[in-house]
Order: sequence, then C-alpha cells, then structure tokens
Amino acid sequence: MRETMNWLDIGQMDDMGRMDTPVHRLDARAKAMVTMVFIVTVVSFGRYEVSALMPFFLYPAVLLSLGRIPPGAILKRILVAAPFALVIGVFNPFIDRQPAIVLGPVSITGGWLSFASIMLRFALTVGAALTLVACTGMHRLCSGLEQLGCPRVFVAQLLFLYRYLFAVAEDGGTMMRGVELRLTGNRHIGLGVYGSLIGHLLLRSMDRAERVYLAMVARGFDGEIRVMQKTVFRPVDIAFVCCWTVLFIAARVWNPAAELGRLLAGRLP
Amino acid sequence: MHMADALISPAVGGTMWAISGGLIACCARKVRQTLRDNLVPMMGVLGAFIFAAQMINFSIPGTGSSGHLGGGLILTVLLGPHAAFLVIASVLTVQALFFADGGLLALGCNIFNLGFFPAFVAYPLIYRAIARGQYGGSRAWAAAIVGAVAGLLLGALSVVLETKASGISELPFGTFALLMLPIHLAIGVVEGLATAAVVSFVARARPEALPTASGAGTSSSLRSVLAGLAIATVIIGGIASWFASTHPDGLEWSMAKVSGKEKFDAPAAGIHQSAARLQEKTAVLPDYGFKTAEAEPATESWPAVNAGTSVSGIVGGLMTLGLACGIGFVLKRTRHAGNDELAGHRTDG
Repeated sequence: MRETMNWLDIGQMDDMGRMDTPVHRLDARAKAMVTMVFIVTVVSFGRYEVSALMPFFLYPAVLLSLGRIPPGAILKRILVAAPFALVIGVFNPFIDRQPAIVLGPVSITGGWLSFASIMLRFALTVGAALTLVACTGMHRLCSGLEQLGCPRVFVAQLLFLYRYLFAVAEDGGTMMRGVELRLTGNRHIGLGVYGSLIGHLLLRSMDRAERVYLAMVARGFDGEIRVMQKTVFRPVDIAFVCCWTVLFIAARVWNPAAELGRLLAGRLP
Repeated sequence: MHMADALISPAVGGTMWAISGGLIACCARKVRQTLRDNLVPMMGVLGAFIFAAQMINFSIPGTGSSGHLGGGLILTVLLGPHAAFLVIASVLTVQALFFADGGLLALGCNIFNLGFFPAFVAYPLIYRAIARGQYGGSRAWAAAIVGAVAGLLLGALSVVLETKASGISELPFGTFALLMLPIHLAIGVVEGLATAAVVSFVARARPEALPTASGAGTSSSLRSVLAGLAIATVIIGGIASWFASTHPDGLEWSMAKVSGKEKFDAPAAGIHQSAARLQEKTAVLPDYGFKTAEAEPATESWPAVNAGTSVSGIVGGLMTLGLACGIGFVLKRTRHAGNDELAGHRTDG
C-alpha cells in the first residue's frame, strides 16, 4: 500500500538528506561501502543468532545521532515495511518446534529464536539502508555510485526519476482529488475510468518528458550525460570505512553481547 | 513480492547482485547506442509515472478489493526491453532506499525477479507474439493478461527459489510455492487488465505515443508465443511439482525434521550444497560463515545449551542493545552541547 502519506515521507527523507552535519559531510562512497559491509555481515550470521546481532545497532544509532536524524522517522519506516518479513518469518515457530533455550520451566523453541533473528536482521538491514539515505541524500549518493563504477545511464536514470517523482506525483494527486470530488459517496473506480485516468497521466508525463528534453537541448544537451563533479576521498573517509569494518568483523567473530552477559550473569547471586 | 535482506543469505544476494548488475551494464550500453536522445528524460519521467500510477487504485469487479498497476509490462511496451529494465531497476532502487520496500542486499534479487521476467521473457516471447502489433481489441487484452501473468508467476517462483536457497525461512518449498503462485496468478490478471486498459486508451487517444509495431505479427509469432508459454509452464510446473512431491506436506516434513532425519532431501541438497560452496568462497570470514549451514543439523547443539549460558545470552543481548542505543543518545547530547569537531572525531573511533 503505497499511499499518499508516503509522499510526505519521501519529502522528509529528502530534507534530512540535505542537512549539513559531520556525517553528511562524509564521502557518499564511504557510507555506501560501510552500509554494504554492515548488511552482508548482519545477514551472514547463523539463523538462530539473536544476541550477537545486538552490537550492530550501534552503527545506525551513532550515525543517526551524529547526523541529527530523528530516530522516530526511521523507526516509522521500518514498521511500515515490516509485514513482508513478518509474514514469511512467522511460519518458523510453527515448523521448527525443537526447544532451543531452556530457562527453568520456560523453553523457547528454535522456531521462535529464528523468527526473532529474522525480525532483528530486518530491522538492522532496513535501518541501515534508510540511515544511508537520510545521512547522504539522493544527489550525493548518486554521484558516489557513479564514482564507484555504476553505469552513467543508470545513475542519470535514478536522478531523473527522483527529480520528477514529486512533480508527477503531484499531477497524480491533483487528478485523484478531482475524481474523488466527482465520485459522490461511491469511491470505486471501474476499469474503464481507470484506463483513461492513468492513460491521461501517462500522456501528461510523456509531454513533460518532451518539454524537459527540449529544455535540455536548449541548454546544450548533446546526448552525453554529465552527472556530477567528483568528490575527494579524504583521510577521515578512509578512517570511517576502516574503523567500522574492523568493528563489524570483530563483532562478527567475537560476540560481545554474550561476553557481557556472562560477566553480568556471573556476578548475579 | 519485494524480498527483504532478512530472508536471504549473502551468497544468494551476491550472486543476484552480480547477475542484475551485469544486466544493468548491458542495458545501459544498449540504451547509449540508441539514437533517441529524448529517451533519457522519457525514461526518468516514466519511472516517476509508475510511482504516481501506483497511488491510484481501481476496484476489481465481483470482489471487494482493488488493484493497481505494477508497471513492468507497460514500461516494456512503451520503451522496449532494455530501457524498461533500467527504469524498473531504478524504481526498485528508490523503493528500497526511501520506502524500505525490499532490502539493499536483496536489490539484485528484486531487480531480477520484477525486471528480467517482464522485460526479457513476457514481453518479447508472449506479449508481442499474441498482440501482433495491436494495442486495442481482444488480442491486445489477451496479450497483456497472459504476459503479465507469466511474468509475475516466473518472478514469484524465482522469489521462492531464492528464499529456499538462502535457507533462512523454514517454509518448505512446496508450501511456499503453493502460497506464492496462486496469489501472483491473481495479481498477474489484475496487472494485465490495468496494463491493457491504459495501453488501449493511449492507442485511442494518441496512437503516435506508442511505438509502431515492427517485426511483430510475422509468421513465426505463433511459434514464439508457444515457446514462451512452454518455457514458463515447464519452469513453473516442473520445478513446483518436483519439489512438492519430495515434500508431500509441511507436517510430514516437520515430523521428519523433529525425528532427527537429514533436513533436506536430495534435490534441495543440491541447491544448498552449491549455495554453501559459493558461500564459503564469498563469505568475509569463511570459518564463521553460517555455522548453522544446512550440512550440519543446527538443532543438535541447541538443546545441549544449559540455562546459565541462555541467561547470559539474553542478559548480554539486552544490555548490548541498551548500550548501543545509549551511546547514540549520549553522542546526541554531546553534539547538542555544541562541539562538532569533537563529535566528528568520535564517529571515526
């Protein structure tokens, strides 16, 4: 359900991406690389792993706070996207009923454990991706992608798509409001009306593309797409990549949560 | 059917990234070679159009529900396979980045499932062959419905295979396929109806906006549609029934598992072993990668875990979560205290 509410969301994400903080000033390539290392490390854990995933919350938490991104905005998006992982993961407790953890009278089955693991991975990976966009912004991210070797046509496509999202969505929203005002009481659109409605939107979009093209030609477009100026990979970016990568690998190899728990539980009377 | 990172393994994600990345590079080269300069802004705006079109729903006759355009097939009709594949890939990338619809590692899977099948299978082999260059009339409607259904079913089957090869979800192949395929059959019919409605409107209102049919409707069209349908049927029917017969039902499968038998039968083991081999090669830390991999029964070590270790695991996990969030909170406070340089320095350490 990609409803109108999400359009406000994407505008908010855009605003956050345009901010200027130490995290936003880091090179987009550095953040993109660290995000990918993060996701691969998180996903590489065994399927019953729960406690070892906890230290990984440090990365989005640090970036969000230094980037002055309200964590609620990211949390809301994670919750909105959760149903798919929930629907697939919720079968695990019913299929895998072998007890995995025994705490006195309570035993937790392997299915519940792997379900918890799936939901944690989901929160971490989705959170990291959203954090990347919120702390980088689409324009910086796209120029980073191009410098990382992404085909220029594809980068231009991403930028164009992003640039016209708001304009075309506004067109669609206006159209929808007109339809809603005319559908008194009965809010259903039949297939015939739908076809002409979307068809009109399509024709309008194509006209817009033609105008954009003419404007580009008027400004000297010669078929070659020039995306953006290059950014420089500074020492602070190298340090950012190295430190986080080492940290992720350390947390992957050695489970700090289990160690901490052993330390604390060991002192309990 | 956007896949999430949480349900795939690095091996599957990496492989599909490589495949989709290769397809994007190939399509980007093809698009650069075309002589249509206005293709670039057209692709961008049509990508935005797909987003806007997904906001608008129509009611499905006879049911209480509503449907909307997915977009893969109509983009291919308007732009041709190569440009359409790039547009679909860009739409999925923006969805992953801004809406958390599908993960970044799963992006390769999603681009392949939702982009490759409509653009390179359903359109050239099925849609074009049935429609024969017509954009209105029963032929065009049939082409859109059959094409959309075939594309979505192949995509759904691909989702099931990728999930199974990853081994995170416990769902048996047969059950998962039975869950996914009928739903996507219905979604495919809706998608086909929406596509045909829009295309036939444009064909009436402004026929010059649609690409002129060239090469379609030749004598080989029947053969190509049969070939396309045959490929789709063989892939979907063959693989699904093969797996369904090895796992007659979920209950029996889980009983076999509880009784301590080998987790998967031979056909699945093939996929898993090759995935595991690939994993060994690609994993950052091979020794630690996937210690519960399919080969060793993961459940064996778990019941042996004593309560003490479990308590420490839970306490430690919760404490670490608290610490991680706490550090974020403290950093925020220090930031507000107003020393950007200091805070910036801490990010690195």
